[in-house]
Amino acid sequence: MEHYLEEPFTKDKVKEYKAGDTVYITGTVYTARDAAHKRISEMMERGEKLPFDINNSIIYYVGPTPARPGKPIGSAGPTTSYRMDAYAPDFLDSGQLMMIGKGLRSEKVLDAALSNGAVYCCAVGGAAALMAQSVKSSELIAFENLGAEAVRKLYVDKMPVKVVFDTDGENLYESGRKSYLEWNERGIL
Amino acid sequence: MKIINVGKIEDAVKRLCIDANYHLSDDVQQCIHRCAAEEPWPVAADVLADIEKNIEIAGRGEYPLCQDTGMACVFMEIGQGVVIEGGSAEDAVNRGVKAAYEEGYLRKSIVADPLRRVNTGDNTPAAIYWDITAGSNLKITVAPKGFGSENMSRIAMLPPSAGEEGVKNFIVETCEMAGANPCPPIVVGVGIGGNFDKAALMAKKALLRPLDSSSESDYYRKMEEELLEQINSLGIGPQGFGGRTTALKVNILTAPTHIAGLPVAVNINCHVCRHKEVIL
Repeated sequence: MEHYLEEPFTKDKVKEYKAGDTVYITGTVYTARDAAHKRISEMMERGEKLPFDINNSIIYYVGPTPARPGKPIGSAGPTTSYRMDAYAPDFLDSGQLMMIGKGLRSEKVLDAALSNGAVYCCAVGGAAALMAQSVKSSELIAFENLGAEAVRKLYVDKMPVKVVFDTDGENLYESGRKSYLEWNERGIL
Repeated sequence: MKIINVGKIEDAVKRLCIDANYHLSDDVQQCIHRCAAEEPWPVAADVLADIEKNIEIAGRGEYPLCQDTGMACVFMEIGQGVVIEGGSAEDAVNRGVKAAYEEGYLRKSIVADPLRRVNTGDNTPAAIYWDITAGSNLKITVAPKGFGSENMSRIAMLPPSAGEEGVKNFIVETCEMAGANPCPPIVVGVGIGGNFDKAALMAKKALLRPLDSSSESDYYRKMEEELLEQINSLGIGPQGFGGRTTALKVNILTAPTHIAGLPVAVNINCHVCRHKEVIL
């Protein structure tokens, strides 16, 4: 199934999504990867004001290439998500709505997503030039000295992502593989 | 004897870094295209179609294929009849990398220290590999290597009793453990034999072999084919969403080893298997 997600982003909206569905996101998405997660996590611990409101936020695990003149961003595909696993549960407990990355997650992260009604989505890894086409603007809002790892506020238009872990706890990495193998064994589509 | 000025090396490395990051070589493109045509699982076929679209957009020269423009791996095969003049060849390679990553709008992904992690700001130093060869040519191969796939690579010092089955099991297990993480469909570089470090280097060099080539040995060509079949029976599929195309190719390199050892290294590459070469 296909969904079009527009602002305001709410947990009621993502509750409808099933693992394997495609979601086209329009609105504000924040970028953060390893170093930014570490810093925000430390700021949370110290009770400091964060670079953006985590509640109902969509965070895209990406470190884009430099933008060419006149372009909002360079190539911008997802980075491997498990490196954010140490920090993600705190973000989810603070109300994060959606994580976008690629690859497997820890049980702790999936449990935190499930108990908070959040979803994990994946963009096509290595299709970074294609992903960049849906980014309409980009503003650096924190940790400029981290370079590609700085936090950016993106405005995206119909950015395509695949739901991998839904609010019922269904995991596409398990179900997709299983369905294919069962079909392959039986030889019927 | 051939005299090559370091300026030529710098220019070549710069050009190859940019070219590799925007234009996927024909053998990789054709392999992806063939797998897409043969992929029976609809979700998987959709992902492969997106990957082909990405190759087309990147080929226009404005957006690199992947945002992880990699650690610059530079293979220098220097003929023994070559004299390099005008300064340090190593410095020239790094100047070429620095210029390419700046002028080519490529991401700078190298930190100066593995634990203190401050970005060097220009993607240097490159990982440079030096080989002395016969003849009077200098062959430079640049392979920008992303770390999503590099992180899924493994090495094992197996006992000789593990034999062919043990080696194959380790390779397939490595691909299964990697799952969705290294951006499948993957290219699997394998080094068997040598010692601890040589096995790893062979695995990396195996990734440079064209995807439409096979091992020169019948025995290992058959093993490459069997491994590809086994990996593509795992059902992981493109991006791990399920499907047939988990791997595009398995390339094996081997070397003599010690009576007590059977080293095997697996270097995984994503579908953006980048490498460009030039002979000076």
